[in-house]
Amino acid sequence: MSQQSEATIPGVEQAVALGLTREEYARVCDELGREPNQVELAMFSLLWSEHCAYKHSKKLLRTLPTEGPAVVMGPGENAGAVDVGGGWAVAFKVESHNHPSAVEPFQGAATGVGGILRDIFALGARPIAVLDSLRFGEPTSERSRYLLDRAVAGIGHYGNSIGVPTVGGEVYFEPAYETNCLVNAMALGLARKEDMVRSAAAGVGNVLVLIGASTGRDGIGGASVLASAELSDEDDDKRPSVQVGDPFEESRLLECSLELLDAGLLVAMQDLGAAGLTSAASEMAAKGGVGIEIDVAKVPLREADMEPFEVMVSESQERMLCVCTPENVDAVLEICRKWEVHGTPIGTITEGDRIRVLRDGEVVGDMPVAALVDRAPVYDLDPAKPSEPIYPPAPATLDPHADVRAALLALVGSPNIASRRPVYEQYDSIVWSRTVRRPDEADAAVLWLREMGDDAPAIAVSIDGNGRKVAADPYWGTVGVALECAANLAAVGAQPLGTTNNLNFGNPEKPHIAWQLSESVRGLGDACRALQAPIVGGNVSLYNESPPPQGPIYPTPVVGMVGLLPDPARAGRLAFAREGDAIALVGWDGEPGSASLAASELSKLRGEPLPDGLPEIDVEAVIGVLDAVRDAVRAGELASAHDIAEGGLLVAVVESALAGGLGASLDLGDVDDLWTALFGERPGGFIVSGAREALERLGERAPVRIIGTVGGGAVEVSVADVSERWTLDELREAHRALEPLFA
Amino acid sequence: MTVIGVITFPGACDDYDALRAAAKVADVKQLWHADTDLDGVDAVVVPGGFSYGDYLRPGAIARFSPIMQAVSEFAAAGGPVLGICNGFQVLCEAGLLPGALLPNTGLRFVCRQVELEVVRTDTPFTSTCEVGERLSIPAKHGSGRYVGEVPADQVVLRYAPGHNFNGSQDDIAGVCNEGRNVLGLMPHPEHAVDVLVGGSADGLKLFEGMARVAAV
Repeated sequence: MSQQSEATIPGVEQAVALGLTREEYARVCDELGREPNQVELAMFSLLWSEHCAYKHSKKLLRTLPTEGPAVVMGPGENAGAVDVGGGWAVAFKVESHNHPSAVEPFQGAATGVGGILRDIFALGARPIAVLDSLRFGEPTSERSRYLLDRAVAGIGHYGNSIGVPTVGGEVYFEPAYETNCLVNAMALGLARKEDMVRSAAAGVGNVLVLIGASTGRDGIGGASVLASAELSDEDDDKRPSVQVGDPFEESRLLECSLELLDAGLLVAMQDLGAAGLTSAASEMAAKGGVGIEIDVAKVPLREADMEPFEVMVSESQERMLCVCTPENVDAVLEICRKWEVHGTPIGTITEGDRIRVLRDGEVVGDMPVAALVDRAPVYDLDPAKPSEPIYPPAPATLDPHADVRAALLALVGSPNIASRRPVYEQYDSIVWSRTVRRPDEADAAVLWLREMGDDAPAIAVSIDGNGRKVAADPYWGTVGVALECAANLAAVGAQPLGTTNNLNFGNPEKPHIAWQLSESVRGLGDACRALQAPIVGGNVSLYNESPPPQGPIYPTPVVGMVGLLPDPARAGRLAFAREGDAIALVGWDGEPGSASLAASELSKLRGEPLPDGLPEIDVEAVIGVLDAVRDAVRAGELASAHDIAEGGLLVAVVESALAGGLGASLDLGDVDDLWTALFGERPGGFIVSGAREALERLGERAPVRIIGTVGGGAVEVSVADVSERWTLDELREAHRALEPLFA
Repeated sequence: MTVIGVITFPGACDDYDALRAAAKVADVKQLWHADTDLDGVDAVVVPGGFSYGDYLRPGAIARFSPIMQAVSEFAAAGGPVLGICNGFQVLCEAGLLPGALLPNTGLRFVCRQVELEVVRTDTPFTSTCEVGERLSIPAKHGSGRYVGEVPADQVVLRYAPGHNFNGSQDDIAGVCNEGRNVLGLMPHPEHAVDVLVGGSADGLKLFEGMARVAAV
């Protein structure tokens, strides 16, 4: 590399090519008192990208509730954490890897898992579970099938190999994700509160040690090139911007990191994710109020001729940046050798507030830390509700005049409702002996915190989104998503402790997207306040749109919630368990007809356009129902509990029936509209089963209507003047609709 | 008391579960791949996971770990050795068990509770079972299709009808060596030692059998 490249000033056109605006470039020049050189421009363009600086979402995110009695770490750290009692905390966070996955789904999804796991163990927490939230175009599209197949394989490849169970998640198919799939991964970890480590660098004279993989040219510019711009037809050219994951490397890095922390050798730790060393070093310095010097010549490289700016922005995976005192360096390197992980001192903590990049001692970049991190530009949104519908209806796949019999079979076999077994069976859901409820056994995953000793409690975790409903009504749609997540926890007996979220939206510079984003965040904040489930961390993924006619994705806030349940053995199940048990609808004012077909799964299959707005939700009433169901599950009163979601009441009954291998006979009586009663959707409804007396006791706390009995080999329903019957065999056959996608 | 040792290779991930299962029937000791002796243990578990990332071929690198020489000598002297999943692959690669494990016929990783049938009870591990008994144990692997020339009396466990998802020859799930003191199986008995997280406790029988014989 030539000496000239640091002396050469790349200039404003290069800055624009890297994603900065001309105004932003002028601000960089003001900050430096001169034009930036190549290293500095590369670092500013990344840290001032949407992905790193949250330029268009920061002001909105400040409105979210982030405090509560259980919060141990809030937004701003590598991940959030909540108190689970006994001196222990659970750390968790969700992150997106949407654009890398749209370009190269296997590695995009795999490194999404690897990245979120590093966020967890950077806190000193041992990862205990992964969940993933996936969205693709309709499976009738060959490209969507390819993306699904490879993303699932990538998640399995990384999670299975590193030995962290994948315990839950969701997969949805909508035309709005055809060219821009969503791959969000959530991870959880367990730590003693006193052992958790923060990411603020501290101690002038302390040493920066880079541990893990060597640094290559992979992923250069990922944050700015991929994550902060719309996708286009030339995305094949961006494939070199997608990182390649190595779970075996990360497995050793994980054990090495936890042993370093356990030995008390580290002052701080930060994972290298988007924007690599640039982001890790700047953020550690900014949080600690110190300066940092890094000598890129000391960084172990995969290719000898890498330029300083490439070393600083590389997104090579499986790396961590640690701070330790000078006298501990040898001990740190010894543990690195034990785990066969590179450990290399690459710099020091300095007085002042500058980040200096050196090459063999010569300064090749010199910037104020605060300019990079704290003074990154923040923009106001210019929201405006669109005057015309943004999204065309999905093509009809069900004749609008189809009868109830055909409609149920179509729903049970529809891509969004069919059994997820072909997906989750590709994931190890049981390693580390803590999975109390495996996928499909309950509405939420249940994880036993056995490290906490006798009478150890469990946590429940669920991740949910519903892009179609948020597209119909960003505010109430998002409230519904948060309530759905809390309902899944209630169905296993868990009380929410905290929330993480991933906001997946289109281009926020467009007024209609800004409106979706601001309304959705308002809904998320209101719902989480009401649920007392503060937001402890999250991620924003914007610019998820493609050139016309495709346009933006559905606005898709994905919500992950963690809750506590005291007795793991009593965790709820969704399967009907005993012949003769009574079946009840809980919630919904006891009225099946009070649901709505607006933006429902049935309306999608019928090819109906999205409505403008959804019915308002009585949030307090829903929370009352959740409380009652949770207490009944904890008391062991119910044989099964299942939240009513996509497809409505009858689909929920079918899911409990198929899971238990037991049929049901239902009588819904007289209703205004049988379609709404059978297939309408509404937050805060459950299908539960159990002894009649137990259900009647539950009725003292919440609206309960007994609607039928468990038993037999079929689901039978009488409603208004219609009687219909489906055998479990034909329902099971329909439910297996996704299997051919993985054959 | 009997001491069961569990080897940790880089990339192993079911070693913790194996230690936890073994601790229900014996004292336990974690053994390190780079060590050259077994620290006086009475039985050895070669656990599941992805030793060396399964790079090259599952088990192909781990078999060259320093500790595997000690395991070979221990096995030759009649010591009980249990290889689970990746451990089974390692033992086949090391020549301690006949046959090989190929990628599943579906070419995908599958995690599923399966039913096994006990074929032989004349091994330490299955001495606690009845011939024909069914064990409900989870399996999770991408390369579990057993192939090999194995004498009939060395087939110890078979997948029950309908449970052979990986395409193993003759539904073989577990085989032993000629000396009957080394057993390898693809399903994970260490993940079926208590009902709360295992769905069943059937896997504990294999650990009980191993501990009982090792104590003699």
